[in-house]
Amino acid sequence: MSNRPITEDDLHAYVDRVLEPERWAEVASYLDAHPDVARRVAIFADQRESLRTALAPIAEEPLPPELNLAHIIDGRRQRHPPAWWALAAAAMLLIAIGGAGGWIIRGELQAVPLVSSGLAALAQEAADSYSVYAPDHVHPVEVRAPDTPELVQWMSDRLHQAVKVPDLSTSGFRLMGGRLIATSHGPAAMFMYDDDHGERLVVLTRPMTTDQNEPMRPHSGGDVAGFAWADNGMGYSLVGPSSAKALRPIADDVRRQATT
Amino acid sequence: MNDMLLLVEPMIPALRRYARALVRNPATADDLVQDCLERAVSHWHQRREGDPRPWLFTILHNLAVNRFRRTSRRGTHLTLEQALESELREEAAQERTVMCKDVLDRLAKLPDDLRSVLLLVAVEDLSYADTAKVLNIPIGTVMSRLSRARERLQQDVDGSASEPSDNVVQLRSVK
Repeated sequence: MSNRPITEDDLHAYVDRVLEPERWAEVASYLDAHPDVARRVAIFADQRESLRTALAPIAEEPLPPELNLAHIIDGRRQRHPPAWWALAAAAMLLIAIGGAGGWIIRGELQAVPLVSSGLAALAQEAADSYSVYAPDHVHPVEVRAPDTPELVQWMSDRLHQAVKVPDLSTSGFRLMGGRLIATSHGPAAMFMYDDDHGERLVVLTRPMTTDQNEPMRPHSGGDVAGFAWADNGMGYSLVGPSSAKALRPIADDVRRQATT
Repeated sequence: MNDMLLLVEPMIPALRRYARALVRNPATADDLVQDCLERAVSHWHQRREGDPRPWLFTILHNLAVNRFRRTSRRGTHLTLEQALESELREEAAQERTVMCKDVLDRLAKLPDDLRSVLLLVAVEDLSYADTAKVLNIPIGTVMSRLSRARERLQQDVDGSASEPSDNVVQLRSVK
């Protein structure tokens, strides 16, 4: 028998029957010796049983047609045929971006001409990619995560650089996939990630003509925030919703992975 | 799509149970489950490998929270809750045993954050770690909320136990 003191957490785990057998025995003998605590635990166990009994009939009711999963799957298939409307919407979006892009570039040229070729431009491209693709629930990425080898090969060919896909799983984000992005400085690779709560992040990377080595800098605008930097001629930007916590450590992680 | 049907379909009854215990109104609860299933179908490629249960409960819970927020912003939260509570009481009195009615009444009085922890752990059998993921809170917070939820239910029992005769009269008058 271990000497570990019995905790409140142990008592709840005892009630919920999730203790290891050895620990279960320790808690059981503790309860034998402490009838007042045992009474409390017995009440918790009664509550648990009453709740389960009281709510069980709901799970036994026949499912209404609206909750028939096969219907929902079929309905979705019919609602998403070779979506001409999505193509039309994409075309409209491209026209809009083209217009807006021209306007922004003209503005920047007049104000600070050189900024638009370096890190600031990269940050803007990453933020724009996020705004366009992160809310997309039909085709947020072009090549999905299961085809990562193909994605890496394609991006490396187009960027003329060995492109690595950052692994953000330690931060709870998994790769959804990626796509090629057109920028006025050539092709860029975009990778998209999401977590269990549907929060999405984007990493954009491309070769840099200016600002080839730049320390990490935060950038933000509207609902979007991120960090951009450049190492050995490659620029990177990590972008997420401005409400996202702890983008910086994730950016550090991406940078570490890219340089090792 | 086939693996989705096999994996998700058996979980629909549990999702209904959780939704109804959270929002109490059966029609609203089924609406939430339907939204949840539609999202699960359209986002199926985004789930993690392994058991999709925590993922499904996460979607459902977030939908329910959004619904709460919308309702409370409209300023009808209190009246709606009172209406649901009386509805539940009526239903319970008619169809369920006194024990069930009692525990559901006490469950309904818990704050939302305590109620969801207790339901996920004690009724839906999610692990403490999965419950933390579903609610997007640290596991320590799961344990402290679980503890508070159980203490509150118990206090309620102790409180009503001191006035047993009142309780009986009240139950009869409802019938």
